[in-house]
Amino acid sequence: MAAPSRPGPRPVYLNLLAIRQPVPAIASFLHRVSGALLFLVGIPAALWGLQASLASPERYEAFRAFVAHPAVKLALLVLVWAYLHHLFAGLRHVLADVHVASELGPARRTAVLATVAALALTLVVGVRAW
Amino acid sequence: MVMPAKKHLVGAHYGLADWLAQRVTAVVMIAYTLLFLGVVAWHGGLDHGAWRALFAHGGFRVATFLFVAALLYHAWVGMRNITMDYVKPLVVRLPLQGAIVAALVAYAGWTIGILWGGR
Repeated sequence: MAAPSRPGPRPVYLNLLAIRQPVPAIASFLHRVSGALLFLVGIPAALWGLQASLASPERYEAFRAFVAHPAVKLALLVLVWAYLHHLFAGLRHVLADVHVASELGPARRTAVLATVAALALTLVVGVRAW
Repeated sequence: MVMPAKKHLVGAHYGLADWLAQRVTAVVMIAYTLLFLGVVAWHGGLDHGAWRALFAHGGFRVATFLFVAALLYHAWVGMRNITMDYVKPLVVRLPLQGAIVAALVAYAGWTIGILWGGR
């Protein structure tokens, strides 16, 4: 695709704090943040937890006591949200690949749906965990 | 697709493969997530004995390893995209990507140790 010739440098205004982001942009940003979080914290935490919980009945109980701590529970809840948001936001991409909800209107609605569904399900998990 | 004149040393190599891999690995992870939640719901929560028995099952070990392998590859594509977007200098990006790969390979080894190592 040939770019049209431009008269000169166009003004750039990219103050992220001043721009009101559209909902798909927010969902997309959270998709990336949740992914990074799952890589940096989620994977090592899950492997450590799996190892500890399988090691012995004593370490299994110690692991249960550890994850029952309110601060740890809250951190796990953040990871649950990250997993859910990443999953739902990812499904949006797969749908868009097959041209489902790829138009602006439906894409905006699925962005709201994915973001809200992840938060709502996280809330359900949180309520059940407490 | 128009190919750039010079390929970027630490780019995504302009392939369709990673785009597809991101989808395939996602489907594998969704399938395992549903299987895992199904098993936990079926048992109505697992005590240590049932938990150990679950991971003593050869098929479940293989399924778990497939999940982790899909997860690690998926994480590589995603983390590489992040470094490509935000880390421009090659002298920073290359070691950073190397560290990410090292971590992912280490996680793969750790997973094999957990699943098949003696306990």
